[in-house]
Amino acid sequence: MKDNIKFVQGNEACVEGALYAGLDFFAGYPITPSTEIAEHLSYRLPQSGGKFIQMEDEIASMCAIIGASLTGHKVMTATSGPGFSLMQEALGYAIMTEIPCVIVDVQRGGPSTGLPTSVSQGDVNQARWGAHGDHAVIALTASNHQDIFAITVEAFNLAETYRTPVILLFDEVTGHMRERLVVPEEGEIPLVGRLRTSVPEGVDYHPYLPREDGRLPMSDFGGVHRYNVTGLFHDMWGFPSNNPGVVQGLLRHLMDKINNNAHQIARYNEYFVEDAQVLLISYGSAARSALHVVQNRRPRGERVGLLELQTLWPFPVDLVRERCRAPEIVMVVEMNMGQVLQAVKLGVDDPEKVFLANRIDGSLITPTDIRNILRVIQGKGV
Amino acid sequence: MPVKDYIRERFFPHLWCPGCGHGIVMNALIRAIEALGLSKNEIVMVSGIGCSSRISGYLDFHTLHTIHGRALAFATGVKMGLPELNIIVPMGDGDALAIGGNHFIHAARRNIEMTAIIMNNRIYGMTGGQYSPLSGYGTLATTAPYMNIDHAFDVVQLSIAAGATFVARTTTYHVQQMTDCFKKAILHEGFSVVEVLSQCPTYFGRKNKMGSAADMMAFYRDHTTPIGSKKKKENPDLIERGIFVQKDLPEYCRAYDTVIERAKGKGQKG
Amino acid sequence: MNRCRMVFSGSGGQGVITAAIILAEAAVLHEGLMAVQSQSYGPEARGGATRTDVIIWDSQIHFPKANEPNVLVCLTQEAYNKFYTIIRPGGLLITDSRFVRIERKVDARQVELPMYEKVMETIKRPIVLNICMLGVVVALTRVVQPESLLKVLKARIPAGFLDINTQALELGMALSREGRT
Repeated sequence: MKDNIKFVQGNEACVEGALYAGLDFFAGYPITPSTEIAEHLSYRLPQSGGKFIQMEDEIASMCAIIGASLTGHKVMTATSGPGFSLMQEALGYAIMTEIPCVIVDVQRGGPSTGLPTSVSQGDVNQARWGAHGDHAVIALTASNHQDIFAITVEAFNLAETYRTPVILLFDEVTGHMRERLVVPEEGEIPLVGRLRTSVPEGVDYHPYLPREDGRLPMSDFGGVHRYNVTGLFHDMWGFPSNNPGVVQGLLRHLMDKINNNAHQIARYNEYFVEDAQVLLISYGSAARSALHVVQNRRPRGERVGLLELQTLWPFPVDLVRERCRAPEIVMVVEMNMGQVLQAVKLGVDDPEKVFLANRIDGSLITPTDIRNILRVIQGKGV
Repeated sequence: MPVKDYIRERFFPHLWCPGCGHGIVMNALIRAIEALGLSKNEIVMVSGIGCSSRISGYLDFHTLHTIHGRALAFATGVKMGLPELNIIVPMGDGDALAIGGNHFIHAARRNIEMTAIIMNNRIYGMTGGQYSPLSGYGTLATTAPYMNIDHAFDVVQLSIAAGATFVARTTTYHVQQMTDCFKKAILHEGFSVVEVLSQCPTYFGRKNKMGSAADMMAFYRDHTTPIGSKKKKENPDLIERGIFVQKDLPEYCRAYDTVIERAKGKGQKG
Repeated sequence: MNRCRMVFSGSGGQGVITAAIILAEAAVLHEGLMAVQSQSYGPEARGGATRTDVIIWDSQIHFPKANEPNVLVCLTQEAYNKFYTIIRPGGLLITDSRFVRIERKVDARQVELPMYEKVMETIKRPIVLNICMLGVVVALTRVVQPESLLKVLKARIPAGFLDINTQALELGMALSREGRT
């Protein structure tokens, strides 16, 4: 038996990915179905000198990781819907102050306390629009443990590259189920470290003045550059400003640095998309059922394909528009009332051929559900 | 180092009203830090939202101006991230004890080393004079036009009950004592709280007919007394000043080092 | 191999979930197979009928639930009543003869075994009932080698308890050979 083959829950695959990426500070608050992430990290982090803290609530958890990130650590918190709601203000702060961090939301049924132990994908729009004010976000997801591992590493890389919080939207099914995980060797997945300023002591360091390439090198708290960080609109010194030019410039920068790189942030898997007459678009655990349908129907001659999205925000609209051109039917498979469906409809040339196959009762959508809905759309009846 | 060297002159003038007590607090804080000979690079000032919280922008330390009520939670991350740093968290009374009350008691309970300064002006100044959890019964505010029926916290008692290992109270009139309290609080290895009664002549003073800023400071002179003084026995309504608690308990970050040691032992065993 | 879809059910504390994890782990870590294990969480998992699903196959498994299992184990009457109808026609239904009274015939091979009685008789520790059950399952399905299960037990179980677990596994395998069907 190889040491790097594990049989674990998805939440643990996320932990392995985070540690591989260099996570060394975690703050969190217990909430089903994410709690295993906190439990495993409370055990694993101090073994390598990292820090784990259980805060008094999710607000404090989000704040604590931002504070620790400023001292140079790679940081993460994990929660589920109700806790993710509480984190929104501080999440907006991290967006505004451009502090790298990773937030895991293992989705359960909502709104409110909802279905603590059942699956849902109802937080997709919350990830996009949960914080107030115009802003851009990166939100990623995955459907199996190998991908959960890889996308978690990717989340840390993107957080550092774009100096922004990255949201990982997992769900109860993938979070709790166990399957095989092969932990990659060190170096197999490239890691992006903190970009630190080369400005020497005694020379002015402008914490919020982007370089030519748009990136903002950081300086750790405790270092030689003392500067101000604020959630107010701020100038290149990090000092509050309500100068209209400064305000507009900062907001544009915050939006553009992510939206203008949407194609580079887009992660996805494709299965039999090339000649598909019916294209399924899905993500997270719903994509497992969608893939089951594709693998099952292809040998029977049905031209069904799957576009599995791993980047949900910024929405990979060019990719989706292009892949949706040829198929006669596009069916978005998700466990909510059509949150990704809306984004797909907005992006494609002919939205009338886009349908929703969903399930919102706390149960994982089944391959049979998907087939039945497809048959109805095709006019074949169930 | 002259006091000016601790200030970011670029960002002046400050936004505090004439007569506000917060500038006196900033002055005393600079003098305490100067007297202790601390390097500016090893100080992180974390603040929330409100008049008092703007202090962080004016001082030449690593400064983190965060969101309302959560300064101590951010500060906890900074301190855990780099325990060598000195963390100072100036807060207003609403910031620290209304929206931030939960974080306050939990930071105290953990005994994580940082200095929480509660600049108590008994009012929400930035938003224009609404009652705070420290306004007290019978006071007036823009949201208590008839009278405030909320009772106030006693910050000292609250801090002690929550587990703070250094607790002091002083006022803007007693600047020598304030500087002394700050020095001891910053040196204390644990969670320290310094409550500073700080006048808001613009809102609390005007609403409650307290007179000018100078009148309000005279009020602090006449209505406070050192802890355990004879005057307190004669007049129990006097507010006590001084250091109420100063004790040693395991500090959070140092205790976490023990966790790391234990975890490493376990890791080696497999 | 065929996709082996199993549901183990019983009451909380009988260890059916642990058994499922051990079986799936044996398949993944020691036989190079794929496996997916899931379980019901929440109030329904505390008391009432506990259910865990395991799928073992030699290819990628996508849909992780065993909606129509070809192997169903019921260790209590309540679990049996709740789940016996989901078995795939022609599948294998294993019940504990002390706790479960078979009420209706289903289109499956029904195996009733005195697992609990035998465990109490020979090992006297109800805690290893789940391992005895695993012995029965692997003997009847051959989905993994018993040696693979032993390797997982060795890695997971404190040395002092390994003996009774090994005994329980062997007991289950022996029991399966004399089972009434």
